Amino acid sequence: MQSLPPDIWQAAWLTVRLAATATLFLLAISLPLAHWLARGASLWKDAIFTAVSLPIVLPPSVLGYYLLLLLGPSGPGGWLARVSGAGQTLAFTFWGLVLGSVLYSLPFAVQPIHNAFEAIGPRPLEVAAMLRASPWRAFWTVAVPLAWPGILSGAILGFAHTVGEFGIVLMIGGDIPGRTRVLSVALYDYVENSQWREANIIAEGMVIFSFAIIFLMSLLRRRIGRYR
Amino acid sequence: MTRTPRDLTVMFQGRLQAFRCDLAFTVPGHGVTALTGPSGCGKTTILRAIAGLHRFDNGFCALGDEVWQKPGVFVPPHRRSVGYVFQEPSLLPHLSVRQNLLYGARARAGMPTLEEITSVLGLAGLLHRRPTGLSGGEQQRVAIGRALLAAPAFLLLDEPVSALDRDRKNTVVSFLKRLPIPILYVSHDSDEILEISSEIIRFVDGFVIRAGRSGPDATRICQQPEDRSGHWGERRHG
Repeated sequence: MQSLPPDIWQAAWLTVRLAATATLFLLAISLPLAHWLARGASLWKDAIFTAVSLPIVLPPSVLGYYLLLLLGPSGPGGWLARVSGAGQTLAFTFWGLVLGSVLYSLPFAVQPIHNAFEAIGPRPLEVAAMLRASPWRAFWTVAVPLAWPGILSGAILGFAHTVGEFGIVLMIGGDIPGRTRVLSVALYDYVENSQWREANIIAEGMVIFSFAIIFLMSLLRRRIGRYR
Repeated sequence: MTRTPRDLTVMFQGRLQAFRCDLAFTVPGHGVTALTGPSGCGKTTILRAIAGLHRFDNGFCALGDEVWQKPGVFVPPHRRSVGYVFQEPSLLPHLSVRQNLLYGARARAGMPTLEEITSVLGLAGLLHRRPTGLSGGEQQRVAIGRALLAAPAFLLLDEPVSALDRDRKNTVVSFLKRLPIPILYVSHDSDEILEISSEIIRFVDGFVIRAGRSGPDATRICQQPEDRSGHWGERRHG
């Protein structure tokens, strides 16, 4: 096998770093959000759930457009960049990409976690409360361990979805090698420049990665029914 | 009736989904009080409201001078020193029997220890098992032991021995009777009730129809709602 061109390694490493960072934020947001959404119903919760789910149907370029306004020099992101001395804008930076990825992948992380929390039902948490566990302790010692297959699914899906994003990265990230040039964008470049060998390597890698992820998910799904 | 400091005073009024209720009763601060009535009359709903798992908008609930609910006050369930054995054993499926027993364990003078619980309830051989492999009766015994080890000041039991065989039932019932904390005990088995309880509260469709001491010297301790005569149905005179 011929060695991989270094810029593919660079793009791959950046992609993994971006997806891992985004996944950490996704979990930190999705766990409390999904738990809150799963406890009782109200119109207010339905509205939040809908807003979180929007990226499923919105074209990524729409999300990217609004993020560009948000992160650009005249938006709050530009203000933040100037205050923190990071320059004029948060667009075209790694952290801008992280924010975009988190928003874009949020529904894919929230939904399986939400389903898992819902499937537990209220009883185990009532049991914990009757044993005088605080809601905080009940969440970490009962809800999370019982929902872990769903939480793992959410993390994997969020990670994979971030790896697979394209439109939003192009809008807010540009194509800066080592900073914002992730694999999907690199593939696009190679095709533009007729570098078919490199394009092939990335495309095949992505197919194998996606297959592995979805296969892993279906193995996990079998474990979700473990306690029932 | 003389009030001891640990009496449980309950008044609930209003609607909870389809369930309408207007009742007031006092559970004495010692011994076992039975709560009975036809199935579907709301016994479980009342236990849940006492525990703080349901909320009647118009309610009062206090254990001695510890007020759990009154207008403007609603103490969350985990801050109420109450234990609850649900009708379904509801063991935490990801924990072993031992971990279930110890989940809320705390020490309180006069309350049984893990060793006593394990031997009286016959759990010694089960400690390292997972709840999913246990029979209904075994699960029920673990649930009772778990509630007791949390050393509550008041215990709510919802049909706690329904899945136990006769011998085991007798052992558990006499064990419960000896506990130093007051118990509110839901059952529709009249033999079981006469065996275990020193006081009986009976209601139908959310209204207390009779509350009194079990046995021949029954006295009424609770006001009957005046306009509910249609619901009094099975009133008993002791």
